Amino acid sequence: MPHRLPAALALCLCATPALAQDVTEFRLDNGLDIVVIEDHRAPVVTSMVWYRTGSADEKTGESGVAHFLEHLMFQGTATTEPGDFAATVSALGGSNNAFTSYDYTAYYERVAADKLDLMLSMEADRMVNLDLSQPIVDNERNVILEERSQRTDSNPQAQFQEQMNAAQYMNSPYRRPVIGWRAEMEALSREDALDHYRTFYAPNNAILVVAGDVEPDAVRAMAEEHFGPLKPSDTLPPRARPQEPPQLAERRLTFHDERVAQPYVTRSYLAPERNAGDQSEAAALAVLAALLGGDPTTSVLAQKMQFGENPTAIYTMAGYDGTSVDPSTFTLGVVPADGVTLQEAEDAMDKVLADFLKDGVDAAQLDRIKTQLRASDIYNRDDSGGLANEYGAALAVGLTVQDVQDWPRALQDVTAEQVLAAARKVLDRRQSVTGWLEQEETTP
Amino acid sequence: MKILRTTAALIALALPAHAATDIHEVTSPGGITAWLVEDHNIPFTALELRFRGGTALDPEGQRGAVNLMTATLEEGAGDLDAQGFAQARDALAARFGFDSSADAIAVSAQMLTENRDQAVDLLRSALVDPTFDPNAVNRVRGQVLSNLASAAQDPESIAALTFQHDAYGDHPYGTDSSGTLDSVKALTPEQLAAVHKAAMARDNVYVAAAGDITPEQLGALLDTLLGDLPATATAPPGAATWQADRGTHVVDFPTPQAVVRFGQPGLDVQDPDFMAAFVANEILGGGRFTARLMDELRSKRGLTYGAYSQLATMDLADFVAGQFASDNDKTAEAVGLVRDQWAKIAKDGVTQPELDAAKTYLTGAYPLRFDGNGPIASILVGMQMQGFPIDYPKNRNALIEALTLDDVNRVAAELYDPAKLHFVVVGRPTGLDAH
Repeated sequence: MPHRLPAALALCLCATPALAQDVTEFRLDNGLDIVVIEDHRAPVVTSMVWYRTGSADEKTGESGVAHFLEHLMFQGTATTEPGDFAATVSALGGSNNAFTSYDYTAYYERVAADKLDLMLSMEADRMVNLDLSQPIVDNERNVILEERSQRTDSNPQAQFQEQMNAAQYMNSPYRRPVIGWRAEMEALSREDALDHYRTFYAPNNAILVVAGDVEPDAVRAMAEEHFGPLKPSDTLPPRARPQEPPQLAERRLTFHDERVAQPYVTRSYLAPERNAGDQSEAAALAVLAALLGGDPTTSVLAQKMQFGENPTAIYTMAGYDGTSVDPSTFTLGVVPADGVTLQEAEDAMDKVLADFLKDGVDAAQLDRIKTQLRASDIYNRDDSGGLANEYGAALAVGLTVQDVQDWPRALQDVTAEQVLAAARKVLDRRQSVTGWLEQEETTP
Repeated sequence: MKILRTTAALIALALPAHAATDIHEVTSPGGITAWLVEDHNIPFTALELRFRGGTALDPEGQRGAVNLMTATLEEGAGDLDAQGFAQARDALAARFGFDSSADAIAVSAQMLTENRDQAVDLLRSALVDPTFDPNAVNRVRGQVLSNLASAAQDPESIAALTFQHDAYGDHPYGTDSSGTLDSVKALTPEQLAAVHKAAMARDNVYVAAAGDITPEQLGALLDTLLGDLPATATAPPGAATWQADRGTHVVDFPTPQAVVRFGQPGLDVQDPDFMAAFVANEILGGGRFTARLMDELRSKRGLTYGAYSQLATMDLADFVAGQFASDNDKTAEAVGLVRDQWAKIAKDGVTQPELDAAKTYLTGAYPLRFDGNGPIASILVGMQMQGFPIDYPKNRNALIEALTLDDVNRVAAELYDPAKLHFVVVGRPTGLDAH
């Protein structure tokens, strides 16, 4: 039931500038990129160091080494003991952690704003002075294996996703799980980790993002003091990874596991990523994902599959994140209603897609999505740490501050025609993987 | 899981000293009170509502009624069906959340200043005038049943529910707040409408707001939003009594890594010794890598990705609960280490350096929690639910600073009791003696 508000109630959101927050960027002579996001509402700062390296930059056969190194980065430097880093931050009342993805590895601290200087000195120290003992490395390898047990092997959905990724990418290193394949994780050595460290950890392969109650000039001075003396690497490998060949045949997987209580079908398609200065296609895909499966009630998949006389699904989704170095994926998922088979659910999903391509975009729905995207610019300002994440991830995959700031406009500029064009291009079964997750067949 | 998550959120409440002076109590013309932090930097308002009672108010034989009712509030209200409601909400770019837990129904809203009145009208219709259309109820019911089926096959959920049931038996705290497959299938729209009236009223609601709104505007908003709710809600049931034996309850489950949950009776959040216990627990099972459980199980032995304990303070029960996961062949060693640490802190207490580090961490972390309208509104409403005075944030760090080693160790000795420590293990642990 299309429902359109009277024009008088429609949002103007005219007071929202594209650059709602104060963002300053600069680069040190040694190549360290720095982004400062000012938010003076509370005396808190989030400091993040992003390295332009992730699991997709690992050597073949060493899957998991980027994440292993991330753990080891807390295990001491030439002048500090294992655990000192976290203990120092927590003694100040701060919190800290790190995460690894395909394209980046990031370390962050959240502390009182007057503690930023110490955070930067410690980050600069471990950027170049990591010092690892063999017992510490051996213990931490057990920790990451337990992490894999917890996150992946105890969870059939995560195992299934791992298989889906490996099938989606035939040649790209995105086919490997970030945490690593178990057998390769078990074989990771201290030297493997240090080799990754020496290859990729350098000021000219990093981005410092500071968000919160800080002044850009003060950040610049502190960064100059702590990071400025670090020598840039002149041996950074080019980020030229194996690329996907033309994908000419669709792939299908069925994952059986006795722990599965709720079967579902999911499909991923190879999809273009955001590129610096050229984000329009990615923006169209982001809008397409919102239209097809962004809202659990009003999205096209939800309306067609979860409502009406004979609903075929209890849950539907569509997703796309184009913030990556190499081509990304566009994903769909359907949890069938009781009594609906996975084949019926998949057929119903495909019919919705075909009808969407034929019928086109509902103008009112597109308007509502753009309204929400504009409002996101307001709501997102409440979380400067979240903004730090957005800038850091974008810069780590080769986008610029300008690209990040152009992104809201790119989304607003997406037309119905562009959405359909992107959908026709990307929703191509030949470059897709369809997966069924279901319980083990039981013998009667 | 719901029980623990909720209490974890409530325990983590705090405000920075500098913000404390900015909390105002607002009373509407109609007599509804709210706490407000006014901040006009960003043109939106975060609003948090809690209705005390939550899923503990499920009527006899209708387990899951409050959960299903809450999840159906936005699925049709006033003249709008589910689609119409969602479209109206999206056109306003308002964000609404509806959730239920063992002690409360939680409603969260974020509303732009420029159309706040329309957003409030829409939210009001969901709170005061939900339709519980049979089709909508069936649709949401299908989602709840799917979640229940999934939870029954998820080792973490199994561990949480088994632990709760061992501890509290047939009290609502001892059973799944979403209900059972059978109880949820039997719920009717009429029952949901009845439990809606019983669980959401003016006398059990707590309100906090933060952001671009004045006290006068908030006062008017409260009457519009809540003024037409019933005056009184159903009273919650009586306290839940701990009944788990000391021992190890193994639930066989085909997983390579066992999930372990453990605990014993705890302490009320308003108990004079609570803060000392809170600090002791931070030293034993806090999230810092230097906390004893994390250090012994992860940093020293690589037995787990993480081990924690916390003081769970609920309306009708208080307990200490912890969790970790270890590969099946390491579980027995890890369980033994937790028992050792439990006995050790009870017998020997904590050290002065540990206490000093915990104090600097806890007092330093306190102001950092106040960093946005959304977090502030959540903190303020949680403080009200837990019975803290509005000026508590000014004094909270001083309460921690004042604790001596003797205070903490006296309370640790009284609180931690290896003889009451109960374990639930879900998996296929080797070499572990079940009782």
